[in-house]
Amino acid sequence: MKERIATEAILLLEDGKIYRGKSLGRIGTSSGELCFNTGMTGYQEIFTDPSYYGQIVITTVPHIGNYGVVQKEVESGQVQIKGLVCKEFSEYFSRKSAEGSLQEYFEKSNIIGICEIDTRELVRHIRDKGAMNAIISSDEADIKILQEKLNATPSMDGLELASKVSTKEIYDLHTPQQQYKVAILDLGVKKNILNNFTQRGCECKVFPFDTSYEEMEKWGPDGYFISNGPGDPAATTQAVENVTKMLEQDKPLFGICMGHQILAQANGISTYKMHNGHRGLNHPVKNLLTGKCEVTSQNHGFAVDAEQVKNNEKVEITHVNLNDGTIEGIRVKDKPAFSVQYHPESSPGPHDSAYLFDEFIQLIKQRKGTA
Amino acid sequence: MPTFAQFIHTASMPRDNSIKSVLIIGSGPIIIGQAAEFDYSGTQAARSLREEGIEVTLINSNPATIMTDSVTADNVYLKPLEKKYIIEILEKHKIDAVLPTMGGQTALNLAIECDKAGVWKKYGVRIIGVDIKAIETTEDREKFRLKMLELGVNVCKGYTATSFLEGKEIAQEIGFPLVIRPSFTLGGTGGGFVNDPADFDKALTRGLHASPTHEVLVEQSIMGWKEYELELLRDNNQNIIIICSIENFDPMGIHTGDSITVAPAMTLPDTIYQQMRDLAIKMMNGIGQFAGGCNVQFSVNPENDDIIAIEINPRVSRSSALASKATGYPIAKIAAKLAIGYNLDELKNAITKTTSAFFEPALDYVIVKIPRWNFDKFKGADKKLGLQMKSVGEVMGIGRTFQEALQKACQSLEIKRNGIGADGKEMTNYDQLIDSLTNASWNRLFSIKDAMRFGIPTSTIQKITKIDPWFLHQIEELNDTEKTLRSYSLETVPVDILRRAKQQGYADRQIAYLFGCKESEVHRKRTEMGIHRVFKLVDTCAAEFEAKTPYYYSTFEGENESAVSDRKKVVVLGSGPNRIGQGIEFDYSCVHGVLAARECGYETIMINCNPETVSTDFDISDKLYFEPVFWEHVYDIILHENPVGVIVQLGGQTALKMAEKLERYGIKILGTSFEALDLAEDRGAFSSLLRDNNIPYPPFASVTSAEEALEVCKDLKFPLLVRPSYVLGGQSMKIVINEKELEAQVVDIVKDNPGNKVLLDHFLDHAIEAEADAICDGEDVYIIGIMEHIEPAGIHSGDSYAVLPPFDLSADVIRQIEEHTKTIALALRTVGLINIQFAIKDGLVYIIEANPRASRTVPFIAKAYQEPYVNYATKVMLGEKKIKDFDFKPYKKGFAIKVPVFSHHKFPEVNKELGPEMKSTGEAIYFIDNLEDEYFTKVYAERNLYLSV
Repeated sequence: MKERIATEAILLLEDGKIYRGKSLGRIGTSSGELCFNTGMTGYQEIFTDPSYYGQIVITTVPHIGNYGVVQKEVESGQVQIKGLVCKEFSEYFSRKSAEGSLQEYFEKSNIIGICEIDTRELVRHIRDKGAMNAIISSDEADIKILQEKLNATPSMDGLELASKVSTKEIYDLHTPQQQYKVAILDLGVKKNILNNFTQRGCECKVFPFDTSYEEMEKWGPDGYFISNGPGDPAATTQAVENVTKMLEQDKPLFGICMGHQILAQANGISTYKMHNGHRGLNHPVKNLLTGKCEVTSQNHGFAVDAEQVKNNEKVEITHVNLNDGTIEGIRVKDKPAFSVQYHPESSPGPHDSAYLFDEFIQLIKQRKGTA
Repeated sequence: MPTFAQFIHTASMPRDNSIKSVLIIGSGPIIIGQAAEFDYSGTQAARSLREEGIEVTLINSNPATIMTDSVTADNVYLKPLEKKYIIEILEKHKIDAVLPTMGGQTALNLAIECDKAGVWKKYGVRIIGVDIKAIETTEDREKFRLKMLELGVNVCKGYTATSFLEGKEIAQEIGFPLVIRPSFTLGGTGGGFVNDPADFDKALTRGLHASPTHEVLVEQSIMGWKEYELELLRDNNQNIIIICSIENFDPMGIHTGDSITVAPAMTLPDTIYQQMRDLAIKMMNGIGQFAGGCNVQFSVNPENDDIIAIEINPRVSRSSALASKATGYPIAKIAAKLAIGYNLDELKNAITKTTSAFFEPALDYVIVKIPRWNFDKFKGADKKLGLQMKSVGEVMGIGRTFQEALQKACQSLEIKRNGIGADGKEMTNYDQLIDSLTNASWNRLFSIKDAMRFGIPTSTIQKITKIDPWFLHQIEELNDTEKTLRSYSLETVPVDILRRAKQQGYADRQIAYLFGCKESEVHRKRTEMGIHRVFKLVDTCAAEFEAKTPYYYSTFEGENESAVSDRKKVVVLGSGPNRIGQGIEFDYSCVHGVLAARECGYETIMINCNPETVSTDFDISDKLYFEPVFWEHVYDIILHENPVGVIVQLGGQTALKMAEKLERYGIKILGTSFEALDLAEDRGAFSSLLRDNNIPYPPFASVTSAEEALEVCKDLKFPLLVRPSYVLGGQSMKIVINEKELEAQVVDIVKDNPGNKVLLDHFLDHAIEAEADAICDGEDVYIIGIMEHIEPAGIHSGDSYAVLPPFDLSADVIRQIEEHTKTIALALRTVGLINIQFAIKDGLVYIIEANPRASRTVPFIAKAYQEPYVNYATKVMLGEKKIKDFDFKPYKKGFAIKVPVFSHHKFPEVNKELGPEMKSTGEAIYFIDNLEDEYFTKVYAERNLYLSV
């Protein structure tokens, strides 16, 4: 295996802090919002998760690339991150089924990154200062020029990004013995969410982010699913409008991550940008309905306002985060509609919460009278 | 249904308030496969329960433990782990529940025995933290296999044989290679791989004999598959978390206890890891319901990622101690809380103190554990590693990368290596290298690196060892770095190259070797270049949350997280990996030293690298540096912290051997000075001191060659005790009776320790041996105890039965011992502890040696007399107290016998005969009221065996 010749690379933060390391992936310059993920496995799933669109990801686990890449472990059709910051980047990989190295994969996908960085210091820095934009460059050493480029990078606050990652056209997913029809509003849906539906006998029709409720309803679905996705949930007006209409009738509705934030907004609850967000595979969530706890996979920088949820007559809290008390799940009283902030489809992450898909199917069955 | 507000403000506490008094069963004497890790878990559990106001009663016959200390438990029973003593305790105390999961297989077996006899039921004692049925399922290979099949978990193809014939039939069906696993044995005793049908009969017979039930599992061999372990915790609400994933560097075929292991798993994709996690949860739920810890081992086929479950242990284990240190998540502490009814979501993360205990630690560093073997103590032992555990201790290295952690672990081992390679000790013979790769032993890791340097292709190394190519590539990178460094000198090395080498864990000493300069010059150079050692926190959460617990490791990066306070500080050097001659006793002393210094208002800083210890529990010292007790690391910590001084006399030879350099660098040694420590080690100077004080000692000489030895032996007269100077646990010690033996032994020692002096002592035949421990403040001496050995001189003190106080020494002999002890302690200007060994012949007391440090016997005497001697001695070392400040009130009743315990069953081929070289791995304490005691009479009778030789 030929070894990559790493060149010097720079990471410049919005607050002026500079880190120097070695380049990885393509040589070039890339900017976006800097965030960190504490997961210790599943880098390929993270890098291809559409919810990371527009973001530079810091991986806190020190070694990245060890087991190469395989096509079947992607969460979308392409690498979604804007850049990678890590400690040790391994071009050498070991896994019989791997199709290539992460380096080759990044080169093909035009991804720029930086390694040999004190990622722990960096994480502590943004943990205290809060999420901020940053720029990585392996072809420009002039800080002033990088500063200008960084200044031109839009802030995540108020940013609409679903349009960048959503499907352009409606498509169908079939499965043998399909029993239920689920309409998916794609704001950046992860592949494994769709797998979870098809594995449970659902035929899925995936609609672009700006599809109207009426068009989705025309298909005659048994239930609706509002997906995860990147950007500020407050900028998803069409989706909120759709969900408001969906709630007017009694079809089961399930939302994940941004879908959760949209369900909240449809009930008059606003969202806010978190200091750092939750990104990792170890977030503790308690299900208040059962008293059981789940280790969850998370990836969100915005959250629903806890006070507003508590004071809202229409919704009920179903899940809370055991670390910081943030709202992790709600359901609409007297409606078969619920949502969670985290990722029950995991990928990467623990499978503790997959039961939520079963519950959604159960709601569909109940409504169809097949339960 | 609870509302959010209720959840936050009035979280219900299901803590079982009916449990007010708990009995914890310890693991007994240290043996291979069951060691100090259970002192760590038992101590944590006891402290965790006492925090809840629960009265803790503890039974363990191992006096060298912290768990059996009055600081740990309310009622301590230093009694044999037998049913009758459990009953004795239950008669005396109202015990509500027994927690048998903290003391390894020994405690579980005792709990099962008592359960079968109806003891628990009779006394109304609940068994908590475990499900007896679950233990039976997991310990019986066939039950385990059937249970796994029922759960849909893949296991190895295999069947149980209860007879020789049955075993043969099974082998015929499965085919070779296969593996034999005896049921109900510790650490895989009696098991093994069989590649060749010709070897099968012998292996089968051995397996059947090793099993107490004469059952073995004959199984398909999955040698060479990847091996993993997961550590789980579950509460009564069936909430389960995985604390840690551990990957074995050595693939299937070598016992986990003998494998180099790494956390987090390095080569596992999320898809495979999550499958494994699901299986582990399914298995734990499948074997039974109990709240506590569990360890599951898996094997993964590197060809197709197929997963096979190997075993499940429903208790705290060696691996859970490692996982606790690796992640900062105190498994035993939390498991104890779960056992009394708490749920995970009601407990806090012990490190952040703000987030939930229900979570899975995220690591932003890598740990590497390397076992410590002591084959040199077991002459004739089969050094090949396999299914049976042979190591006596372990070290853990923490680094920001695998390479750094690996090098640091090597630097922690104290096997005279400075890391991997770059120390002039490489193996360079092709056949030897191939043999070392093929027959894995203590040095395989080093041989891999040497083979690469020698030019053996990595693909060949992989084919032989089956080690994952990623790991091998990492070592290849180290080899490349070494090559690069060789092309530079101290003057020419570019800063980037040197920084990278330091980040890869290269010690200054290794770099100095490659540059042909001094270690101190490399240190100076890198300091000038701004390459500084910085300290990072082990925080369970990869810095996502602020951590409150000062548990550090070092690396070479940007930020230093270890803030230095303005308090007066003291550094306590730990004793490194457990080995024969230096075990858990020194951990006991270090912990007490730390606690005593804290009492005196010092900020205490602990440096140690042994994950099995209590001293490396982040709750013990004010600051824990989990670092090699290796000069460079110790020195950099001292430079950073600027302590008032360093305590070296509690951590055995490991700490003591730092004294010279500390002195040279002008760092204060607290207590006895370096000169005195050195004087006691220098045979010539020490003998002059004895002569000046009219204290008898056996005639001796020091020589550097066999020729010289043959000359001096004429005056010394046989028998002679021959040994290298500076020894530990009687290493390479031998008694010789003629010139031929003398020559052979001297040649042997000189070969292994070139340049070292060889000591010849006239051996006092048929003498009685005794030893005294004392505390001295420079002016006054207090003898804490005198122990008389039952076996005559010639058997290593660590291997002999010893009685406290002496049982048949005359008043005059005792007076001589006392006088000599006081004279020597004062003459050496001892400040702190001193241990002196005596040989008594014809009413005259001779000095064999003096060690001005905490000895193996100090914890024993402290336990027997119920006084905190190490605490006192530490206060004396710190200059905070004088001997006259203490009110000594030893509890003296009857006699306490120190019983040596051996792990001979692990080395069936080794001669069990005792001699001047120590072989025991542990010890027990046994109290007797008088000398008519049956046990004493029996042991005493056996001494004749030695006298008749």
